[in-house]
Amino acid sequence: MSTEKKQAEQIKEISGVNPLKCMKCGKCSASCPSYNEMDIKPHQFVSYVQNEDIESLVNSKSLWKCLSCFACVERCPRDVKPGKLIDAARQIVVRQKGQDYLLADEIPELLDPDVPQQLLVSAFRRYRR
Amino acid sequence: MKYSYYPGCTLKNKAQDLDAYARVSAKALGFELEEIENWQCCGGVYPLGSDEIATKLSSVRALNDAKEKGQDLITLCSACHHVIKRVNDDMKNVDDIRNRANNYLQLDEPYAGETKVLHYLEVLRDVVGFDKLKEKVVNPLTGRKIGAYYGCLLLRPGKILQFDNPENPKILEDFIKAIGAEPVIYGYRNECCGGYVSLKEKEMAKNMCDNIVANAKDMGAEMLITACPLCMYNLNKSTDSELPVVYFTELLAEALGVKEEVAGK
Repeated sequence: MSTEKKQAEQIKEISGVNPLKCMKCGKCSASCPSYNEMDIKPHQFVSYVQNEDIESLVNSKSLWKCLSCFACVERCPRDVKPGKLIDAARQIVVRQKGQDYLLADEIPELLDPDVPQQLLVSAFRRYRR
Repeated sequence: MKYSYYPGCTLKNKAQDLDAYARVSAKALGFELEEIENWQCCGGVYPLGSDEIATKLSSVRALNDAKEKGQDLITLCSACHHVIKRVNDDMKNVDDIRNRANNYLQLDEPYAGETKVLHYLEVLRDVVGFDKLKEKVVNPLTGRKIGAYYGCLLLRPGKILQFDNPENPKILEDFIKAIGAEPVIYGYRNECCGGYVSLKEKEMAKNMCDNIVANAKDMGAEMLITACPLCMYNLNKSTDSELPVVYFTELLAEALGVKEEVAGK
């Protein structure tokens, strides 16, 4: 099995999503508040997993623009849950050694006096292992 | 009525107001919040991966603690509510997660989602009742035009959160009416504030909050209320800082005439 095929299986397993259910209606991308910031849009993300083009996904900046706001999950008429696919792709990146998107050393310069604890724990959880 | 209460990390620090006003208001309304001993941080975001177990254990411990006391579990922070409610759903409905979490925890009796999780607002709506709340108001906030900011975490995914209609919610508007003020409906009330991206991508979150604040002001809001410390932080970073953002519990305490009971207010 090629690495990309293996990774595609891994993404499907971690997310629990079957991308073949997608009927390409585009509602996820139309709902996404980060749409303009994403290089691979939510509906395209689903197709990339179908086509096992994982190399593009793990290098996509969309991984770090998804807000986990669940608008796509809520509105998908086929219950595909694109947000869970994006998170699974993010997981296969950050679960590798040295691939954290947020380092503890970066924190001091990102702080201001009002930063709530919630922001730090949430970012750590989404951006690293 | 006595409830188990899970305050969460931010309510012990940057969002102490959210917590303090909720406690004095609960007392005034006749229900008791018993803080769970030694609760652990929920992690702030729900771990989406179906193979995530360790990251859910802190929620399971809190849920099981409430179960052992025979109490419903009350949350206040939107993020804690989201995480704990979804983990509870996993423990009830996902065999693999339930088995693995219980194998790890080795509780006296396995936990299987028995605890009922309620957000403080749901207690106001479903237990106290907004009609009864209205009767207890001594300082109605007459004439105040208030926009409810829901954000994401309380509403979505609607099938699991079962909080309100995720596309057209009304619980906060009903709350605003109960305390005598006028709710302002605006389109962006359930749009995301940017959440955790505001740590590294400050500009991106700011743009999103600018849209929310502009829309609320256009529709006539003079103030926004929220249940989420991160929403409040992000909204306060918006370019237009003239629109005050407060926790819904502060207005509740004010309307009930118990605001001064919170030290330093």
